[in-house]
Amino acid sequence: MLKKLRWPDYLILAVLAGFFGYVWYTIEGTLNYKWRWELIPSYIVGWHSGREEYFANILLQGLAATIRISIYASILALIFGTVLGIARCSTNLTVRMLARTYLECLRNVPPVVVVFIFFFFLSQQLIDALNLDRWARGIARAENNGVWEFLFGEMRRFPSLVSGVIVLALFESAFVGEIVRAGIQSIPRGQREAARSIGMSRWQEMRYIVLPQAMKKVVPPLANQFISLIKDSSIISLISVQELTYKTVELVASSRMIFEAWITTAAFYFVVCFSLSRLFARLERKRR
Amino acid sequence: MTRPDVMIEAQNLDKFYGPFHALKDVSITVGRGEKMVICGPSGSGKSTLIRCFNGLEWHNSGRLTVDGIEVFEGAAEIRTLRQEVGMVFQQFNLFPHLTVLENLTIGPMKVRGLTRAQAEETARTYLDRVHIPEQANKYPAQLSGGQQQRVAIARSLCMETRVMLFDEPTSALDPEMINEVLDVMVELAGTGMTMVVVTHEMGFARKVADTMVFMEAGRIVEVSPPDTFFTNPSSERCRLFLDQILDH
Repeated sequence: MLKKLRWPDYLILAVLAGFFGYVWYTIEGTLNYKWRWELIPSYIVGWHSGREEYFANILLQGLAATIRISIYASILALIFGTVLGIARCSTNLTVRMLARTYLECLRNVPPVVVVFIFFFFLSQQLIDALNLDRWARGIARAENNGVWEFLFGEMRRFPSLVSGVIVLALFESAFVGEIVRAGIQSIPRGQREAARSIGMSRWQEMRYIVLPQAMKKVVPPLANQFISLIKDSSIISLISVQELTYKTVELVASSRMIFEAWITTAAFYFVVCFSLSRLFARLERKRR
Repeated sequence: MTRPDVMIEAQNLDKFYGPFHALKDVSITVGRGEKMVICGPSGSGKSTLIRCFNGLEWHNSGRLTVDGIEVFEGAAEIRTLRQEVGMVFQQFNLFPHLTVLENLTIGPMKVRGLTRAQAEETARTYLDRVHIPEQANKYPAQLSGGQQQRVAIARSLCMETRVMLFDEPTSALDPEMINEVLDVMVELAGTGMTMVVVTHEMGFARKVADTMVFMEAGRIVEVSPPDTFFTNPSSERCRLFLDQILDH
């Protein structure tokens, strides 16, 4: 690969290196910033001196929470999104308009605003109504809650996790819905006509003929949407869900390691998202 | 006032696509067990007409009765009707995500409520009938066009239909595959099935048709038995059309 580089390429690289060198110099010189990279590993995996064992510290906890939330939210988003996609293709005008309205509202309001609105108007009320708080605290106090902790993290925080997942899923469902709709509409009309002409109802036609073909087609864009969701999950730190971004804010506040903490967090997101995108690309090539 | 010997009765059908007048005052009767072949230039409304017969298109005015059931948009019995009326499409429209066997069993299982064993037994009978029992576990994309169309015919037959509609069943096929499909259709005609076939295969028409219909610009121009139709058609336009497709 290096052989392909010509002298203009080297020039560009040299200019870039110079630019970053200057930024570096400014930070070092004017900010008088003291780098403490050596402390970062202990915030990922800490050593508990009393119990003499390693434990997942603040950053790793955050990463685990982000992964949990992303998985649950994408499952929910897939369900909501599929319903939304089907609704967008409905023959009933009211259903179609409701789905369209939901979608356009979500697409034309900034994500942060959407998150706050969903949080205060929806998930908060839901959590109160279901009395999730008491239920979760009960489990947190119980003895054998290992499975629960593995699945949902610290149970005391369970209600906040639930609202985070709901908010994120509702937000992403709009995009999943559009993907599913495109998939449904890509199925040739002849397929629906053939289904109808052997006497299938509209629902059966969707369930047995259109959806299975559509879902197969939309796996690649859905996989990309899943990666987007992981990145978007940082937004819910605003409603105090204790995921990676929130934990980083905490860490920065207490330790003042602004650059180290944020760079580490960025690296975490990058590694997760980039390896997933490579993995999906490989799986897709295999499928062909 | 349904007559027992009448399978399809259309009275004064009109059909519009926006401003386009696709069917103009079409009246026609298909008897039980009758084989009708419809031909005519493209855009003459042949396909539209037979697609009205199982409610894939809705006529805008007039009256249409199929097997004693009145067909109109929103008719509650339309699904019952479609189980009786099979349709074979130009583009086959097999379900690509299902195997041949599953293509044949999904209708009987989901619509008629048969068990898998029952449905598979029926399916294998009809696969034999269309001469491809060995392809049961392949996917449609693995078959030739002629084989796919024969599977499509079997799929309709599996619903135990009483009427079969064919919408240019051989037009999308390579020439060497046309006969294998036509042979199956000729055999099917021998079972006493009511058939309405839109096609330009005049050899087939001569062999099986009881009635020939010629359509042009949304109207039925000529209805006659094949003898008269091929030797002495009453309309000039029909004579011209036949000359064009027969003389070469």
